[in-house]
Amino acid sequence: MSILEYNGAAIIAMAGDGCVGIAADRRLGAQLHTIATDFTKCFRMAPKLYVGLGGLATDVQTLHQLLEFRMNLYTLKEEREMTPQVFSHLLSHLLYEKRFGPYFVEPVVCGLDEKGEPFLSGMDLIGAPVTAKDFVVTGTCTGNLFGMCESLYKPKMNPDELFECLAQSLLSSVDRDSVSGWGGIVHIITKDNVITRELKGRMD
Amino acid sequence: MGDSAYSFSLTTFSRTGKLLQIEYALNAVANGRTSLGICAKDGVVIATDKKLTSELVDVAHVHKVELLTPSCGVCYSGVGPDYRVLVQRARKSSQVYLTTYGEVQPVSQLVKQTAGVMQEYTQRGGVRPFGISLLVGGVDGDGTPRLYQVDPSGTFFQWKATAIGKNYVNAKNFLEKRFTEDMELEDAIHTALLTLREGFEGEMNCDNIEVGVVRNGKFNVLTPEQIQDYLDEAN
Repeated sequence: MSILEYNGAAIIAMAGDGCVGIAADRRLGAQLHTIATDFTKCFRMAPKLYVGLGGLATDVQTLHQLLEFRMNLYTLKEEREMTPQVFSHLLSHLLYEKRFGPYFVEPVVCGLDEKGEPFLSGMDLIGAPVTAKDFVVTGTCTGNLFGMCESLYKPKMNPDELFECLAQSLLSSVDRDSVSGWGGIVHIITKDNVITRELKGRMD
Repeated sequence: MGDSAYSFSLTTFSRTGKLLQIEYALNAVANGRTSLGICAKDGVVIATDKKLTSELVDVAHVHKVELLTPSCGVCYSGVGPDYRVLVQRARKSSQVYLTTYGEVQPVSQLVKQTAGVMQEYTQRGGVRPFGISLLVGGVDGDGTPRLYQVDPSGTFFQWKATAIGKNYVNAKNFLEKRFTEDMELEDAIHTALLTLREGFEGEMNCDNIEVGVVRNGKFNVLTPEQIQDYLDEAN
């Protein structure tokens, strides 16, 4: 089994009309043994920028700390917020720096850029990026997530529709994966605010 | 090298609390060829005197205005070879920035970094301060044009218009009279050439000056033909 699947994760980032959303499960496991059901995998990096880190939990936390450090340094030095595009590039750069001893993390980035347009990107553990207009997924049940997103996604969703789409895609996907699930969390980023809702899922 | 007899810092405080080496460096700048810059509302112009010691030098291969990033350029007054070191450092820094963030380095960051290098050369052992001041023109992160001056001490200033090198006091007075807040780039280029001519020794032509322009967020060094066109317009 891959080390990327040791702790389990399911994360989706999806774009709507002038809004983006990110959803993740809450499980932390050691293979099939569930350790915690309140584990954070989505992090707020700027007011309108979230990153979802799926993979080995220790590296999720280490990478998050590193990203926070680099973000703070950037805002202090440049006296401005980092745009999602720049953040995604920085993350990809940090991952590739460790090309031959990587962080075992596959991130997704979502946010609104300075024009309020949605930005989505995903990358593998050595930082090869892919940008998408509709949705990106990562975790241990990407097949399921892709299937659900492809069925439920429609362009130009409003924040409420986007929440519903993310929640349903996530919950249905993790039902068929034994190492992810146990509740979820959804963040919807709009131009004015961020709406965060916790999901109750099957706890078995 | 680290333990040689000269590995201590040459820039030490005098009893009066001054760093004389830095003042001497500023003298080297003040003896150098005049450079000036103007920041207009839609761009920046930097210009410098390129008069050479001999008629026989091939002027086409002497460059005093250099591109650092696609949106930012620099010129200097002072000791020529020191300039190349700083240009090389600045270009390298901007490339590091580009590979890290995927964005062109804003001129403010580039200036901060370069000023840091110049400061280091006033404190480190085995080196002397740079004998040059820089004029850097470019655009900031949000696309606004900016003009900076960087001194041998590592101090940097942001200017609307300024001059360095020989006769800089007169040139600055001249610019103070001519500068207006709503100046457009074409105006600024003419004013720059006019100011440069004011203190010029001998006839100013397209071969003995060099001009760099930031227009629409892009930096370009003007060709002698382009400079000639501007000079003709002024006459």
